[in-house]
Amino acid sequence: MPFQSTTGDYQTKFTLETFGFLPPMTQEEIFDQIAYIIAQGWTPGIEHIHPSKSMNHYWTMWKLPFFGVTDLAQVVSELEACHRSYPDHHVRVTGYDNYTQSQGSCFVVFEGRG
Amino acid sequence: MSVKTYDAGVKEYRAMYWTPDYVPLDTDLLACFKCTGQPGVPREEVAAAVAAESSTGTWSTVWSELLTDLEFYKGRAYRIEDVPGDKESFYAFIAYPIDLFEEGSVVNVLTSLVGNVFGFKALRHLRLEDIRFPIAYVKTCMGPPSGIQVERDKLNKYGRPLLGATIKPKLGLSAKNYGRAVYECLRGGLDLTKDDENVNSQPFMRWQNRFEFVAEAVSAAQAETGERKGHYLNVTAPDPEQMYERAEFAKELGQPIIMHDFLTGGFTANTGLAKWCRKNGMLLHIHRAMHAVIDRHPKHGIHFRVLAKCLRLSGGDHLHTGTVVGKLEGDRGSTLGFVDLLRESFIPEDRARGIFFDQDWGSMPGVFAVASGGIHVWHMPALVTIFGDDSVLQFGGGTQGHPWGNAAGAAANRVALEACVKARNEGRELEKEAREIMTAAAKHSPELAIAMETWKEIKFEFDTVDKLDVG
Repeated sequence: MPFQSTTGDYQTKFTLETFGFLPPMTQEEIFDQIAYIIAQGWTPGIEHIHPSKSMNHYWTMWKLPFFGVTDLAQVVSELEACHRSYPDHHVRVTGYDNYTQSQGSCFVVFEGRG
Repeated sequence: MSVKTYDAGVKEYRAMYWTPDYVPLDTDLLACFKCTGQPGVPREEVAAAVAAESSTGTWSTVWSELLTDLEFYKGRAYRIEDVPGDKESFYAFIAYPIDLFEEGSVVNVLTSLVGNVFGFKALRHLRLEDIRFPIAYVKTCMGPPSGIQVERDKLNKYGRPLLGATIKPKLGLSAKNYGRAVYECLRGGLDLTKDDENVNSQPFMRWQNRFEFVAEAVSAAQAETGERKGHYLNVTAPDPEQMYERAEFAKELGQPIIMHDFLTGGFTANTGLAKWCRKNGMLLHIHRAMHAVIDRHPKHGIHFRVLAKCLRLSGGDHLHTGTVVGKLEGDRGSTLGFVDLLRESFIPEDRARGIFFDQDWGSMPGVFAVASGGIHVWHMPALVTIFGDDSVLQFGGGTQGHPWGNAAGAAANRVALEACVKARNEGRELEKEAREIMTAAAKHSPELAIAMETWKEIKFEFDTVDKLDVG
């Protein structure tokens, strides 16, 4: 196989769950995913943590989940504010689904360098 | 004052068990059978015979009947319907009083409903199409040990289907080589790997050795990828004592999930294991070997939707449902019907999907639908559309058959999955735009590009044997 002769061994990737295998999203793509969360009727929430603790279930909440917020721009500005305050932290957005009492979606928007 | 007298002999079943005016109670267990009687036997008599033989009846009147009130305990055939497009068979609807069944026992329900009656001579064929379990009965069953939401929370998987693979070759690997295959799949990007159902504890790989090597593979993959991983350790065993021993050892090793074959292992074993899992905080994956023996013939046996409902009551967090698109049998509408029966809390009657009754599960947790068997990256857009997020998509050959090995195969599938979920969330039509979405995703993933090249020609286009009944 060409792979065997032309490249090195197959490296394990360190990833952060959902969408971890896609290239970093553009701003517009991030907007689309947050719009999807809002359109499902889920409550957007923001969390951040130092990369050394990324496997913890509980990351630090950035304020409370944004109950009743349907304005995409507001969520995005909070995400950016969180990222400015913790530039070396991972920042993720979650969509809280109060019907299933779980998260309908959750993905990392900013990766900290740790 | 006693009004009945003993009248020995053989009576027609319909005199007692055909009750077309009966209005079923909310607490009745309802069943729909597809009946094919012997020529010349009237439909009402066949339906009544099925009701009788699956409840209180015997071929001959007995004196001890008069010591109880059989009018209270008997099953009642209350409706007959034509089967669309089939002149020979008909549907019989039967209502059973809840007191005929021991609480929390799908074993007891099945022993009555699909017991002796299936060998009854007045019938040529008989198929149990659906059961409506009254909520009063559902509440006596424990159901899935964890359910969909709890599993998502434990494994930290949100907003997408879970991705898995059955380790291949299914038989013959040593425990250490087997653990290697697990490690490669998990480090490449799968969430879960699975013991093949045939893997129990054979001479080439005893279960203790497998469990230990797999546990190391899982924890190494977790540490190196930063994601939570699991492997379904098959605890299906020759006897319950050994089954529990294996389950205990999986727990000791800190593993999140074990697996059981509910039909070959049996419902008693399954229900017991599910209770053990609830008590010990373990997830339970359920395989369905032997189902096609029972459910594939369109006129005889038990439809899989019934087996799926029984499994939800008996307990399991995952259940195989077929893929619709892969190598194994499965009609799309019918599969979507029992996928809903596994996952939702209320499922309305919908004949277009083979659902004969409203089914209310109350607060019983849902079961992940597992699509596994002959699927590869090109199927991903269809699978995400058909199964949605609350599913486990398992690519065995489609992961481990990758030219660059398991890890690259796993990454290819993970990229394809995430690209499909992202596109769906953006409002794109996955099945229509499959080629564009996959091609765009492959631009940044050489693993996916090679996988798409490898499997581009494979299709499994045979006609489904068991179709929904339509005119």
